[in-house]
Amino acid sequence: MTLAFGRHDIPYLPRGVRIHHDRVRGQNVLLAPEKAIELDEIGLAILSRVDGDTTFDQIIASLAAAYDAPAERIEEDVQQFLTGLRARVYVMVRT
Amino acid sequence: MTIPAPIALLAELTHRCPLSCPYCSNPLEMVRKSTELDTGTWIDVFLQAADMGVLQLHLSGGEPASRRDLEDLTRAASNAGLYTNLITSGIGLTPRRLDALEAAGLDHVQLSLQGTNAELADRIGGYKGGFERKLAIARDIKERGLPLTLNAVMHRQNLDDLDRTIEMAVELGARRLEVACVQFHGWATKNRAALMPTREQTEAVKQTVAAAARRLSGILAFDFVPPDYHADYPKACMGGWGSAGLNVIPDGTVLPCHAAQSIPHLTFEKVQDRSLSDIWYKSPAFNAYRGTDWMPEPCRSCERKTIDFGGCRCQALAIAGDAAATDPVCVKSKDHDKVRQLLDDATAREENLIYRVNP
Ligand code: SF4
Ligand code: SF4
Repeated sequence: MTLAFGRHDIPYLPRGVRIHHDRVRGQNVLLAPEKAIELDEIGLAILSRVDGDTTFDQIIASLAAAYDAPAERIEEDVQQFLTGLRARVYVMVRT
Repeated sequence: MTIPAPIALLAELTHRCPLSCPYCSNPLEMVRKSTELDTGTWIDVFLQAADMGVLQLHLSGGEPASRRDLEDLTRAASNAGLYTNLITSGIGLTPRRLDALEAAGLDHVQLSLQGTNAELADRIGGYKGGFERKLAIARDIKERGLPLTLNAVMHRQNLDDLDRTIEMAVELGARRLEVACVQFHGWATKNRAALMPTREQTEAVKQTVAAAARRLSGILAFDFVPPDYHADYPKACMGGWGSAGLNVIPDGTVLPCHAAQSIPHLTFEKVQDRSLSDIWYKSPAFNAYRGTDWMPEPCRSCERKTIDFGGCRCQALAIAGDAAATDPVCVKSKDHDKVRQLLDDATAREENLIYRVNP
């Protein structure tokens, strides 16, 4: 199965996966079953827009506006980041 | 070196368990119920852990459902901000208890699988009717939408069932499957001859897992622990001794790994006597094999030393007779022929299972 997101796909964090502020290390992490993944600023910016309502396209548009960057570049980064998480079932998709 | 804060705490709440798997990772000398930590002490351990930077809490055993305060412990851990993972055989859980655990904030369940059918699973687990009860609770977990990992411990007697194991994981709605080939510590060392995978099985399991992981990408994630003695290089010891995780056993003793008590010259301290933080950062046992300074040759000048950290200390002791030696599984170890010998002996014989006993 291809894991790439289509324009109208709606990614979401399934139950058991959540963003967590790690107060001891002063950073944000994605907590998932038996796993903690450090989030950098970009990772956090992407995932905080993954709310189960916003489509892939809308996420790109919102990031492009916030970072004043070309949508194509952003799309590539977001596609890669979210596809990686989807392969581990840390992100799922509603169509 | 600067000592990193721990990420994970494995809380062995009890050594009691209705099952008696012959590869149980509990030590041969188990902790009795009368010396188990009480509810308040466990909760204090969880709060200390969260303050130290622990993110993941594994509630394990024995069978953690054998503790009647499991729900209270889960709630306290969850309130402390810990990600709570229940590692269970499913025996002792009921729909009512699952409801209570959900309400307490349980994040995830890791359910063990001893085999893919009642005959095999109940024989391996040493518990008649266990397989049916496990399936029932797996369905209850699925119905609630609780995130589920299936943990299949694989060995010579069930490795040929791997395809069916993978199918079952999908059917049960698991998001993740751990294909964990038996590691020879604790009870498993008594059962080498009965459990050691063959060379053919070892090759087959790698290929099956790789193919299934590709096919099921996005549906079922795989974590694979390959058979150890057949490998050229040892496994990394939990990201390095005292670097990522710690283990508290039922009587409050704090260990760098579940088998560490097999190293007789180390003294392990208890949460009743010293803070968890002091034990992690300052105790001689946790510092004994931290980093790379303790390493002998050939590890010291090996390019893999920050990949596998010289392998497993407990295995080095068990096979090479020295906990500070290169893990004999490594082809570069001067004791590697001993692993070869153990492997040949173990795969040449058929032996009956020796079951773990209950404390
Ligand atoms: S390995 Fe088996 S006997 Fe040991 S704790 Fe797990 S279920 Fe119980
Ligand atoms: S020599 Fe040591 S560090 Fe190198 S691969 Fe072997 S066990 Fe690992």
